[in-house]
Amino acid sequence: MASNRPKVEDLHLVNLTKSFGDFKAVDNLTLTIPAGSFFALLGPSGCGKTTTLRMVAGLEEPTSGQIKLGQDDITNLPPYKRWVNTVFQSYALFPHLTIYENVAFGLRRQKAKDIDNQVKAMLELVELTTQAQKKPQQLSGGQQQRVAVARALINEPDVLLLDEPLGALDLKLRRQMQLELKRIQTEVGITFVHVTHDQEEAMTMADTIAVMNEGKIEQMGSPIQIYEHPKTAFVANFLGQTNLFEGTVAGIEGDELAVKVKDVTLYVPLSSTEIRSGRIVFGVRPEKVKIVDQGKTGLPKNQISGSIKLTAFVGVSTQYEVITNWGQEISAFEQNIDPSAVSLGWEPRHSFVLDPDQDLTAGLDTSWDE
Amino acid sequence: MKIIKLMREKTLQVFSVLVIVYLMLPLAVIILLSFNKPKGRQNTSWNEFSTDAWTNICRDQTICSAFATSIKIGLLVTLISTIIGTMISFALIRHRYKGRGSTSLMVFLPLATPEVILGASLLALFLNIFIPLGFWTILLAQITFTISFVVVVVNARLAGMDSRLEQAAMDLYATPLQTFRYVTFPIALPGIMAAALLSFSLSFDDYIVTVFNSGRVVTFPIYIWSAAQRGIPPQVNVLASIMFLGSLLLVLIASLIIKRRKAIQV
Repeated sequence: MASNRPKVEDLHLVNLTKSFGDFKAVDNLTLTIPAGSFFALLGPSGCGKTTTLRMVAGLEEPTSGQIKLGQDDITNLPPYKRWVNTVFQSYALFPHLTIYENVAFGLRRQKAKDIDNQVKAMLELVELTTQAQKKPQQLSGGQQQRVAVARALINEPDVLLLDEPLGALDLKLRRQMQLELKRIQTEVGITFVHVTHDQEEAMTMADTIAVMNEGKIEQMGSPIQIYEHPKTAFVANFLGQTNLFEGTVAGIEGDELAVKVKDVTLYVPLSSTEIRSGRIVFGVRPEKVKIVDQGKTGLPKNQISGSIKLTAFVGVSTQYEVITNWGQEISAFEQNIDPSAVSLGWEPRHSFVLDPDQDLTAGLDTSWDE
Repeated sequence: MKIIKLMREKTLQVFSVLVIVYLMLPLAVIILLSFNKPKGRQNTSWNEFSTDAWTNICRDQTICSAFATSIKIGLLVTLISTIIGTMISFALIRHRYKGRGSTSLMVFLPLATPEVILGASLLALFLNIFIPLGFWTILLAQITFTISFVVVVVNARLAGMDSRLEQAAMDLYATPLQTFRYVTFPIALPGIMAAALLSFSLSFDDYIVTVFNSGRVVTFPIYIWSAAQRGIPPQVNVLASIMFLGSLLLVLIASLIIKRRKAIQV
């Protein structure tokens, strides 16, 4: 469908800032979103992600900075003159129009030709052909969501903005729609910019995730990159559970850095940090940590012994809280383990190193507040 | 036991019927008496059946001219107060401006003012600025209070309207004008229509404010009031019946249209 329009362009945000009084919702944001990518802006509520999206849509005026679509500066264009369409949170479908007319709305305003065929094809794509003559309020949440997507997508915008599009759906439907949206994106090849506070949703759908906090981007990269190698404590904590260790560098052994943490020596890859001496902070994800009975062999290189303090069955595995002999709690996912005295172990390459001077609890209590 | 059960089931129905009868009885009496040939001047007790009043509505010319005046004033008042009131309502709900609070107060003041005072004050005003009383002063006087009702009704509709709908329209390439034409206005329309109907019936029916400012113009309520001293002719019942049946017809047509629209949708 996108074939008869000029090539989709990259979206550039240059030094974009939005202040509400003294509060900087978006703080000097510079970002390039490549054409055709599925890009997620991930962050807790109030981090500026929705404001960023609304500025791209033209619904909010930037305090300073530029928004460019390819070479064109669209910073000051009104929303109806941008090749950008939005799927609104809670959809904002027109209640007085039928599903058909909702979907046709954008084309009618553009005085497009052959509206009927395009609308029918679009309704087919989102599997709503039989609902065409109904009003939005007669549809289920999932169906309304698909109308919202169809209504925006039919205009073949350069960029499709999705503002927490699945927030109102229940868990099962949400999973289903995540895959559905991913399928549609691959099919039409339009740039999707997806705003969400749900890290799982972002990781499932996006090619690239930018984690936002307090109006700035903390880290940007592929889902694997930012999950496996978070650069800040905020990203590490916001994207999932983390075990963090504080220690001092003891020396270099081959391509690994030996770190003294209390009475054990743990290893991190040299390539993961510039630090060669002094204080260091690193982390490991719970699912990378193996648990065996104390004294058994076959553990990876980094080893700590401790005792199980808490066991929580979470379905696919069991989460254990293990307490070390210096009193730190470490969590690990494993299948059933009986004894209370255990050894923990993980591969050095699964460790990621953080800046030791930042707040290590950043992002801990913000990720679940919505 | 059976009786109690029966009572339980029937109580609601019985009460419903009683309430409907209570509401409909005056209307039935009005229609019934329009076919009466009164003995003497007062058309208050049944004498004998006659269609005289129906076939000869305008026998007393002032009845029909008063009725026409009221309709004319009603339509004009409705048109003007609906337009101005709707615009005020948009300003109040959609915009935050200096003096918004006092605008709101000014608009709602006539609702709280007793009609006698409103009528008397307007009379004083018109006399002081030498506007001759008559058709135009009635119009102005009625508009002052019907606007308030329009604002109240349209406000309720607009306040419940999600402003994201307009953002969505603009996002979908609608200019501000098109956004109003295709989204804002159609969604606000039921409220505006309700406001228009309300202001028509308020205008048509108003006696107190009107009588202060009417000069020598006679509206329908003023005619009836003065006729009541001498005896109301059955022609008044005829006109009342026609109005009632007319509005009944409009309601029926409206519900038919809605039914057909629903049938198409399914």
